[in-house]
Amino acid sequence: MSSAGVVVIGVGNAWAGDDAAGLLVARIVRQRAPQEVTVVEHEGEPTALLDAWEGAQLAIVVDAIRTDGKPGRVEVFDATSHELPALWTATSTHAFSVAQAIELGRALGRLPRRLAVVGIEGASFSAGTRPGPAVTAALEPAAGRVLALAGA
Amino acid sequence: MSSADGRQTRTIRTDYLARVEGEGALHVRLRDGEVLEARLEIFEPPRFFEAFLRGRSFDEVPDITARICGICPVAYQMSSARAIEDAFGVEVDGPLRELRRLIYCGEWVESHALHVFMLHAPDFLGYESAIAMARDHRAAVERGLAIKKAGNELIAEIGGREIHPINVRVGGFYRAPRPRELRALVDELERARELALETVRLTGGFEVPDFERDVELVSLSESDRYPIDRGRLVSNHGLDIAPHEFSKAVVEEHVEHSNALYARIRGRGAYLAGPLARFNLNFDRLSSPAREAALEAGVGPRCHNPFQSIVVRAVEILYALDEAIRIIDGYEPPDAPAVALEPRAATGHGWTEAPRGVLYHSYELDDAGRILNAKIVPPTSQNQKSIEEDLLGLVQGMIDAPEEELQLRCEQAIRNYDPCISCATHFLRLHIARE
Repeated sequence: MSSAGVVVIGVGNAWAGDDAAGLLVARIVRQRAPQEVTVVEHEGEPTALLDAWEGAQLAIVVDAIRTDGKPGRVEVFDATSHELPALWTATSTHAFSVAQAIELGRALGRLPRRLAVVGIEGASFSAGTRPGPAVTAALEPAAGRVLALAGA
Repeated sequence: MSSADGRQTRTIRTDYLARVEGEGALHVRLRDGEVLEARLEIFEPPRFFEAFLRGRSFDEVPDITARICGICPVAYQMSSARAIEDAFGVEVDGPLRELRRLIYCGEWVESHALHVFMLHAPDFLGYESAIAMARDHRAAVERGLAIKKAGNELIAEIGGREIHPINVRVGGFYRAPRPRELRALVDELERARELALETVRLTGGFEVPDFERDVELVSLSESDRYPIDRGRLVSNHGLDIAPHEFSKAVVEEHVEHSNALYARIRGRGAYLAGPLARFNLNFDRLSSPAREAALEAGVGPRCHNPFQSIVVRAVEILYALDEAIRIIDGYEPPDAPAVALEPRAATGHGWTEAPRGVLYHSYELDDAGRILNAKIVPPTSQNQKSIEEDLLGLVQGMIDAPEEELQLRCEQAIRNYDPCISCATHFLRLHIARE
């Protein structure tokens, strides 16, 4: 597919350990993706995602997940017409998780035409720490998955 | 069921309390028709931040402390900047102060809109979440998102981006906006203002429990403005102090069940910070439209029912939008985007009104401007004791209510405070145990 109308949204907190994964993947994607791909780093409250993907043909949300899986594992989920798996919903430190923002968008008819979520399994989300080695090693493969999804 | 000693016992347990900022734990213990205990258990990242700020340069502090909260980063930036400026003997005034107040208005709007519509309104309209509410009340949810967006755009225009603004520094800003850049926001702020007025009416119509508490109300206060960015700390019980007196007036205690420190007024006890306190102590300094809307909605000039805090938040959204438009109308760019600073070895204190209540910072610095010690007291840890006392009174008054009703009411009562548990804790789980 063409890369026009594609928005990549890296979600996370740069100062909460592995929670920075989505932001760091977005930075790699920004360097490699064609200009027509919009890349956004989103920290903080997820209801703003509804504005970030407004009008997009394809939105790819990249976020750390915590499902008791192996740290650094990269999972891709098509959220266009299905809710995220329940385990994916528990990663946000905020009142609204990314999964809830997606469901709010669905309820309001404000999802992009296609929506993919790339999750990177994290292990430590402590305040004031940097990502651990497993997540750091997963950033490149995760960025590769994002670029492939974006058709770049 | 009956226990071995013949007492009537029941246990209610909820493992996850949703729709608060972050997570924590609540335990309520009942026996023979009496509430024995209500404990809010929280873990507190600000304490980690206090530790790793040591050795950092003063000019990094606003950006680092902003990371404590994704909902109210401006509050952390402003309180830290004020405290460090106090240490360096600098007062930021004139257009720079107005700009600070303006970006802070944006934060009040976005934070309150999130809480009112996405977190608290479902309690009053009988939904388990804003997602479920959106299916039946789409217009209301869209209204909340539109108000929130106006606040976010105000923050982005002045701060450089919506979350964790990058344009705030000790002494002012890195770049001051041009008047035309701010004027471009006014149409959207005016539209949001109309939506805020509708929100005051909407929330004023919500049915609230008949529940009042005589608690000490604490907020900043100034003679000529509704408190946002500075003031003395006052209360309805005679407190009236400057920032450097905070630690003398407010005692912080470790309690076994919480990682956060418990705050109380020395010699008295629990106090309430946040919108309800600001509103009661500063009603006459709201904008005229905000005052009138409050009175029409049935709150003010005094309001002691914590369940009406949702109406007060809506009134504060309206005020913040009025204030933002007023500041933009009168804005003259400053001569420089920041005042000059000269680091010196000193201790400084600063506070501002975060959306959830007064946020106090204090820093001890060396002569090169490096942090030797930091102290951060967020509003949620100040309100912990008051939340617990609300729950004690509330549960005692409805002790025979069905478990589900009791549980929902407790959750709603906690949400009255919009506890920023990501500022003050990790996990919030609710356990009600009837012994």
